Amino acid sequence: MTLASRVIPCLDIKDGRVVKGIRFQGLRDAGDPVECAALYEQQGADEIVLLDVSATPEGRGHALNTVGAVRTVLSIPLSVGGGVRSADDAGRLLEAGADKVGINTAAVSRPVLIAEIAERFGTQCTVLAVDGAAGPTGWAVVVESGMKRTGLDVVEWCRKAVAVGAGEILLTSWDRDGTRSGYDLDLIRSVSAAVTVPVIASGGADRAGHLVEAIGAGASAALIASILHDGDTTVGDLKQALTAAGIVVRP
Amino acid sequence: MKTVTIVPTGTANTASVVAGLTRLGAAVEVISTAGDVQSAAGVVLPGVGSFGAAMGRIESLGLTAALRERIEAGRPTLAVCVGMQLLGRGSEESPSSTGLHVLEETVSRFGDGVIVPQMGWNRVEPDPGSRFVEAGWAYFANSYRLDRVPEGWVGSSTDHGGSFPSALERGDVLACQFHPELSGQWGARLLDRWLQRVEEAA
Repeated sequence: MTLASRVIPCLDIKDGRVVKGIRFQGLRDAGDPVECAALYEQQGADEIVLLDVSATPEGRGHALNTVGAVRTVLSIPLSVGGGVRSADDAGRLLEAGADKVGINTAAVSRPVLIAEIAERFGTQCTVLAVDGAAGPTGWAVVVESGMKRTGLDVVEWCRKAVAVGAGEILLTSWDRDGTRSGYDLDLIRSVSAAVTVPVIASGGADRAGHLVEAIGAGASAALIASILHDGDTTVGDLKQALTAAGIVVRP
Repeated sequence: MKTVTIVPTGTANTASVVAGLTRLGAAVEVISTAGDVQSAAGVVLPGVGSFGAAMGRIESLGLTAALRERIEAGRPTLAVCVGMQLLGRGSEESPSSTGLHVLEETVSRFGDGVIVPQMGWNRVEPDPGSRFVEAGWAYFANSYRLDRVPEGWVGSSTDHGGSFPSALERGDVLACQFHPELSGQWGARLLDRWLQRVEEAA
């Protein structure tokens, strides 16, 4: 098997700008989405994730424009999430230029949404985004940008979502998001062992060693945000380090 | 300007195909009739969702015979992902549907022990005689694939729990299991080579 491990820059988008916070709060400006996406593709990114973190209908309108503008320049896959509540919402994002659509809070409230999107657009289009917070036993699913803790167990939820049509899991550790303290490896291990679809590790990357650990723990891909936006490293540097660690990446 | 027409097999991903071709200077239109399939200089058959759903769209638009004729004649046609699978006789994914049946081969699901869907970048190695494909990395997003390279076609191969045909070509027909429109500069060069054939054959 030669499928390469992926390095995926994530752009959190609000009102047409890239932003980044810590544990989903205290957002600061991090640039223009089209410029960022083009730069990261040039650096060797395998895919781009856009997360619309706007909370308003106006923001959602901006997001469709942003998806269209990024699509025009981007020749690698574009996965878009944030605020998707129906198969029609997913359809609008795909028409605007997304290749995959992430669903999160709405899937927790109405799990049949996963099947509705998968049946209409295919499992390869259907990404379940899960935000997990560590608890006394395992991890609880958190929703509404981390504001609300549900009673759902992350591993159980992922297993169930894959059974009804999720083709990929974007797994974010709420505890680690934006903290640059490394991925939650136990979380990655637990979910990867429970599902057959690819798992994207997210939340906490600070250096190449963290990506190596995440892939070693079973992730098919590693999501990065803060370390790129701050200009501390490039996708190319990270991939070189992964190659040196014996991990197959697309050069 | 090179004009290419797209068969509307569904909504997903069409924007990426259009963007990829537009970046290379092509004008892109959407087909609606069998006459369009016959007269177009270049036809793109994108694949989205399931085999059965895509084939259902083609049948309801009455495009089946025109597409089959065009592909059998080797006229410039680009089939992507499920679009490639539609060339086969049928698919495990949708057992009640018949494909375009240009090929006798069928489509089956990846076996156990590998990540399914195959989602990400994998190596593509062309067989000798390929006019379109260079060795390199392509982006895949599929759970099913054709079993083997049919006689009379030049294949390219990729390994995901065993080798499978990741591209097929005959005449000016190019079928890719991967997404050239999402495969970076390598994919853009591949699309450009096919567009050149569209222009020369027009």
